[in-house]
Amino acid sequence: MNTENSLQATTAVRPQLPDTRTVTLRVNGTTHQLQLAPWTSVLDALREHLQLTGTKKGCDHGQCGACTVLLDGKRINSCLTLAVMQENKEITTVEGLAKEGELHPVQQAFIDHDAFQCGYCTPGQICSVIGMVNEGKAKTLDDIRDLMSGNICRCGAYINIVKVAQEALEKNTGL
Amino acid sequence: MKENYTGTPANRVDGRAKVTGEAKYAAEFEVPGLLYGVVVNSAIAKGKIKHMDTSAALQLPGVHQVFTHENRPGYSWFDKHHQDEDAPPGSPFRPLGSNEIKFSMQPIALVVADTYELARYAALLVHVEYEAQPHETDLEANLPRAYKPKKYKSPPPSDPRGDAAGAFDKAEVKLEQAYAHPAHHHNPMEMHASIAIWKEGGKLTVYDKIQGVQNSQQYISNAFGIPKENVQVISPFVGGAFGSGLRPQYQLFLAVLAALELKRAVKVVLTRQQMFSFGHRPHTVQRLAIGASPDGKLQSITHNAIAETSRFEDYNEDVVIWPGVLYDCDNVEVSHQLVDLDVYTPLDMRAPGGTTGTFALECAIDEMAFQIGMDPLEFRLKNYTEKDLNEDKPHSSKELKECYRQGAEKFGWANRKMEPRSMKEGHQLIGWGVAHGAWEAQQQEASAKAVLSPNGKLTVSSATADIGTGTYTVMTQIAAEVMGLPLEDVTFELGDSTMPKSPLEGGSWTVSSVGSAVKLVCEKLQEQLLKMAQKMKNSPFSEAKLADVSFANKQMFLTHAPATSISLQAILDQNEGKPLEAEASQKPDSKQKKYSSYSHSATFVEVQVDEELGTVKVTRIVTAVAAGRIINPKTGRSQILGGSVWGIGVALEEHTVLDHNLGRFMTHDLDKYHLPVSADVHETDVIFVEEKDEIVNPLGAKGLGEIGIVSVAPAICNAVFHATGKRIRELPITLDKLL
Amino acid sequence: MRPFTFTQAQDVDTAVQEVSLEGAKFVAGGTNLLDLMKIDVMSPSHLVDITQIALETIEETEAGGIRLGALAKNADTAYHELVETRYPLLSHAILAGATAQLRNMATDGGNLLQRTRCYYFYDTQTPCNKREPGSGCSAIQGYNRDLAILGTSEHCIATHPSDMCVALAALEATVHVTGKNGERAIPFADFHRLPGDTPHLDSNLQPDEIITSIELPAKGFAKHYTYLKLRDRASYAFALVSVAAALELEGDTIKEARIVLGGVAHKPWRVPEAEALLQGQKATRDNFRKVAEAYLQGAQGFGHNDFKIELAKRAIVRALEQATNR
Repeated sequence: MNTENSLQATTAVRPQLPDTRTVTLRVNGTTHQLQLAPWTSVLDALREHLQLTGTKKGCDHGQCGACTVLLDGKRINSCLTLAVMQENKEITTVEGLAKEGELHPVQQAFIDHDAFQCGYCTPGQICSVIGMVNEGKAKTLDDIRDLMSGNICRCGAYINIVKVAQEALEKNTGL
Repeated sequence: MKENYTGTPANRVDGRAKVTGEAKYAAEFEVPGLLYGVVVNSAIAKGKIKHMDTSAALQLPGVHQVFTHENRPGYSWFDKHHQDEDAPPGSPFRPLGSNEIKFSMQPIALVVADTYELARYAALLVHVEYEAQPHETDLEANLPRAYKPKKYKSPPPSDPRGDAAGAFDKAEVKLEQAYAHPAHHHNPMEMHASIAIWKEGGKLTVYDKIQGVQNSQQYISNAFGIPKENVQVISPFVGGAFGSGLRPQYQLFLAVLAALELKRAVKVVLTRQQMFSFGHRPHTVQRLAIGASPDGKLQSITHNAIAETSRFEDYNEDVVIWPGVLYDCDNVEVSHQLVDLDVYTPLDMRAPGGTTGTFALECAIDEMAFQIGMDPLEFRLKNYTEKDLNEDKPHSSKELKECYRQGAEKFGWANRKMEPRSMKEGHQLIGWGVAHGAWEAQQQEASAKAVLSPNGKLTVSSATADIGTGTYTVMTQIAAEVMGLPLEDVTFELGDSTMPKSPLEGGSWTVSSVGSAVKLVCEKLQEQLLKMAQKMKNSPFSEAKLADVSFANKQMFLTHAPATSISLQAILDQNEGKPLEAEASQKPDSKQKKYSSYSHSATFVEVQVDEELGTVKVTRIVTAVAAGRIINPKTGRSQILGGSVWGIGVALEEHTVLDHNLGRFMTHDLDKYHLPVSADVHETDVIFVEEKDEIVNPLGAKGLGEIGIVSVAPAICNAVFHATGKRIRELPITLDKLL
Repeated sequence: MRPFTFTQAQDVDTAVQEVSLEGAKFVAGGTNLLDLMKIDVMSPSHLVDITQIALETIEETEAGGIRLGALAKNADTAYHELVETRYPLLSHAILAGATAQLRNMATDGGNLLQRTRCYYFYDTQTPCNKREPGSGCSAIQGYNRDLAILGTSEHCIATHPSDMCVALAALEATVHVTGKNGERAIPFADFHRLPGDTPHLDSNLQPDEIITSIELPAKGFAKHYTYLKLRDRASYAFALVSVAAALELEGDTIKEARIVLGGVAHKPWRVPEAEALLQGQKATRDNFRKVAEAYLQGAQGFGHNDFKIELAKRAIVRALEQATNR
């Protein structure tokens, strides 16, 4: 047994290293041109290339939700999509929510309800609440719990997060 | 007119940084010329590396080096140079130490490249040939090998009291059962990460995910032989840890090794899968034998635990202290043994030992109460102890009875019927369960520094951590209250090894230890301010002692004549534009030694269990906590709510499964290792019971990090029994066990 | 992740041309492919981004059914008015899977092509016949709680992880594909394969073929249906056992029953002969249990997953009860 997977390594003509190309990403209303290889995820592009580290990596496999951003207003896992596939889409990260120093109501509600502890899942949770409001499908408390289940909080702040989400729905504080 | 910042709910002072993404965690610091390291892990659990071929990886342009046991630089040979503050007795694991494989997923190489993606790819090209040897990873199959460690990490199990075996034989009601708790992994949302930056002259600046920056600093200094003053470790925000950051983990060692060798800055972030390649809560089997009289008086408790450890360190935790802390019983015998296996050393995980031991004890007590036909809460009251019987000491305070009373009232416990399967709605069987728990309130020596700037802004610092526990906030509250300043005029700084010495953040002792130091250092500033005020012309304070003055609203005043006051600014203006500074260390008071100090909890739970499908839903949790003074009821409540979620995980979901054929943890990601999600969590209430304690520490606060978890899992187990009549003694209670 | 070249196809023909290159794969939602590429379980040398192709429409067909464009997002499908009103079973099944974030990304075509979540398939340092044919199956003698009890082979006991597919099988969908040799339609029951001695093949889709749409016939069982999913936590977990149940009732007599199990086999598990036992019968617990027994005939556990046999039976009974009473 090798760490190298011999079967797959021998197939086809594989480039030794991928070529980079200019990738245009629209993030929080700003257009960025980056030199990226196709193997860079949106998440790694944000964190390692744009220094927008507000979006977190918690698993890199779509199993935790820490990397949640809004893509044209809808929430997605930024770890599971390639930067080259998201050109010319509007990406909103946690850094793009406050306007002129004024927190987005959902950000303020997270503080007021103490809906976090370590804060690492928080940007993803905030984007997820806003996405949930935008998507308009949550009607009941159980809907909220289920539709917020894509964001794991190991500190266990769910009770307070759900309270924020309820309030955001009532006040319709989307993007 | 005195502002009480402590005891009142305050928003987190670091809240804005966290909700805007400005808070920087270890992997997030921008460093010019940063290189990326990716770790290669062992495929086998035991044996030797016969051969490693790194040539394909090294051929790739942009790959700087592949570090293995063959080319790593020398580092200290001595065990003591690899032992950190939280190391159990034994010989610590050294990454890339030799060709020997001691556990599956052992780090065996570090690939360093220009980009993360390139390093990740190059890691796939490292070719390894192993010589596998038979491994043992199965605790239950190896129980006959259990041994008493030469040295215990935590205090050794207490000596027997009375004659537990004899009293058990004579008891009219007996219970003898085994309980099993699987391995768990901490899984903080932030994966372990370190950035090591080499600087001219061999100095290092390190960003690390750690629960104590000075632990990492000392460890690096010892292991690599670098003077401590040349190593600065910084960690302002920690994305959860729950014990995983008590010991410096291998990504730190490897990042430093690579930075020193390459004379560069190197970042190593573990993958989520690699988060299962170091310490975990150990798989533990416990045997309880309990004897009681038919009227419900405990006569004998025997509590034996056998837990896994590694082949190289003897890890243990406080699994069997709980009978002596929680129950009045004259005949008690406990033991804690270990089985060494080919796994990594277990590691303290939120309420280590308490989570494991309380689960077994509180389930057994519930079984005994049922056998006798007594309400389980009444049974606990009947066997209540005012003293800590392990140490034969009184408690500095113990309001557990009030936790029972308030918790039961809020929950509606009085309406409970004894009989299992007595409540049902449709297909859902409803059950109510109770359990209680305790966690030691310890104070460690800690130091703090305070600087009052010429314009009246206070900065207090200590090298502690905030792993989400609220350290920034409560320390700010304590300092603001002592100095009589508004919260916004106070800044608390932490997470830098150059700051005054602090213990690891763990054991629920940070408020008690660092908080007491913060209080003391602010009192030293008070003294300075008083002295300066006394030197002022016609000072009304000339005769005053520190005990005679108070501080509030940015003023100092005579306590008995508040009208006699002076603004702090007026005093500071005497200091020729210089700040006032003080540093202080606070040690536990010797009178504490005469007492035991524990926080206590009582948890009441309602579950719904599908009678045919076995699914369990925790519909209601009420936890009442007595933990001395609650410095911040808002962040404190969050700690207890979080503990409840952990209890759900422990009781129903979490399980790191070992495949014994491979000697490998197989549920090694967040799809296969189930952490509770939002949909698992329903109505949860927290009650803080008033508890005055003037002994535990100068603040009277006992800490809340761990007490919230211990009693939740057993209360859920007991509720499941009440719902179904089935007693599940092996966690987690998954639906298959209830079919 | 290994290096790969990347192109974007604007139409189906180009996509088919591009994917014919050796080592090429399509990428759309990416939710499973990138997940697997990061841990080297899949390592295409060429990726063809098909998200620019106009295949996301959901529309009615002339036959009175609906057509789901292969690139329609799972979320858009589940919440589409036509799906919610006429095929609520499908809507419920989709919403029982994954998370809001993943459903916003994942496409309907991609959902069909999800790989198993078997522990060993996901760990390249363990033997797995699906990942590396001939290396052995670690799960049979190892940990197999989540794995299959029906249709297994000595080479593989993986399950298909989709919820959506369980409903599509019950609704007798047809998968439309285009390849170098033109278009063809694959009945849903024939789309996925059993492992047999080719466990590395999940489906009968050819390497040069692209899914263009999924067609549902007119009959949607919108009155009596249920999707019951049993799992280890209340949300965001794959099924231990799931049941898509759909009934056509006349009073309390069953005219037609559809029952498909998820989480128990390498494909959605349907036993038409067992379904037929309900035809013309009363909708009673006893009759449901008979069908359940018939469904699980020949089921084999591997230790940790033995419980699934009884659980699946009870789940069938419960699902049919719920469908009846809805």
